[in-house]
Amino acid sequence: MTTLNLSGIRVLKLEPFSLKIEKKLVCISGPSGSGKSLLLRSIADLIEHEGEVYLDNKKCSETNPVLWRKMLGFLPAESAWWMDKVGEHFSGRKTSYISQLNLPNDCLSWDVGRCSTGEKQRLALARLLSNQPKVLLLDEPTASLDHDSVLLVESVIKNYIAEFNAAVIWVSHDQAQITRIADRVFKIENNQFNEVKKDSTL
Amino acid sequence: MNMISLSAIDLSIASLLIILLAFISLTLRLDLAGQIIIAAIRTVLQLLLIGLLLKLLFTQVDLLFISILSIVMLLIAGREVMARQQRRFGGWWGYGLGTMSMFISSFALTVYALIIVIGTEPWYTPQYAIPLLGMMLGNTMTGVALALDRLTTSAWQQRQVIEARLILGQDWRTAIGDITRDSVRIGMMPMINAMAAAGLVSLPGMMTGQILSGTEPLEAVKYQILIMFLITAGTGFAAILATWVGAKHLFDDRQRLRLERLHIKTK
Repeated sequence: MTTLNLSGIRVLKLEPFSLKIEKKLVCISGPSGSGKSLLLRSIADLIEHEGEVYLDNKKCSETNPVLWRKMLGFLPAESAWWMDKVGEHFSGRKTSYISQLNLPNDCLSWDVGRCSTGEKQRLALARLLSNQPKVLLLDEPTASLDHDSVLLVESVIKNYIAEFNAAVIWVSHDQAQITRIADRVFKIENNQFNEVKKDSTL
Repeated sequence: MNMISLSAIDLSIASLLIILLAFISLTLRLDLAGQIIIAAIRTVLQLLLIGLLLKLLFTQVDLLFISILSIVMLLIAGREVMARQQRRFGGWWGYGLGTMSMFISSFALTVYALIIVIGTEPWYTPQYAIPLLGMMLGNTMTGVALALDRLTTSAWQQRQVIEARLILGQDWRTAIGDITRDSVRIGMMPMINAMAAAGLVSLPGMMTGQILSGTEPLEAVKYQILIMFLITAGTGFAAILATWVGAKHLFDDRQRLRLERLHIKTK
């Protein structure tokens, strides 16, 4: 069982945020620029931050950063690609997520340049999952997908949680989506994190 | 062989070419005319000054004096490297990184050449030491400036890629590996080109100067080979060192990309 423990994480002017997640999907919503992405980046230890993150009993500041980022898979809103072929970006062995995400099996041989935004978004998720992180930090992972793909991604993540006992933080603006997927919901308002009931309107 | 001495009038006629070039770039709005003229004036003044100084200097076989002059040359080269960067490291790093790389590489190789290869007595005989060091610094400066500029510009432009690679669990060396390789390659390109084309496409400047002033061509060639080996090695070592240390400084101890350590050049 994965336990992600945030202790007093602080970004921008937000009040320090503490949260303990076990095998749960936590949604965070809030206006643009309120610090949602910065929060995820802090948890992945990509930027300087106050507070400490614990994964199981490992303290972030005492764990090798490379190892840390492999265990805490962060999916930025915009994916980046640096090689010519899609497949050259996959280091993890497990590529079954490609077919789970309804991408053709030969997509590993595609040129990155010919992929659509939606394909890139799903490929980026497949790339991240192939590392099999214990925690997923997803920054609007379905923003540029059609409805069927959105539902598909949601079920793939749900299955991933069940299979690996993973903890997930999912930034989303879509109230209907939050209602579908979240175990707990946090909303950023007036520089504060407020836990809200998942069916309350935003 | 007799040397034909150049008069001030001869050089003035040559300067017409520079004025013509500046004029053309003005009409083409290349925004270079000012830079060309200033650089040309600097060439004249600096070289005349060093000519006079060298004349004086060659009679002064004094280690302390040579050392001070060398340090001054190094500091000026360091400033030039810094001035060529679009985005440079803030604080002492901006100046120190290039200067330190040039110091380690140029000084070590110059001393090596003086003591082991040429074997002048004493090794700091100014007639050999100063021109050799100047040649080393001049070329190393270009290499380091090109490499560092490429490093910082690429890192800035490709920050998303670097971060994406960190996110997927690559260490900083791998995440910025393509950029550092590219930067060293760019820094060494002029010297590799010069070595490959030497004699076939171009007659190197030093050798040409020596031959024009009456030195036996084969003697000039031998010195040219020595110089080329020295400056290629010196440029390469300095570019590798500056790129590696610079790349490392783009990350902190938690291997986070810290681009705020770069400052854009203000005009």
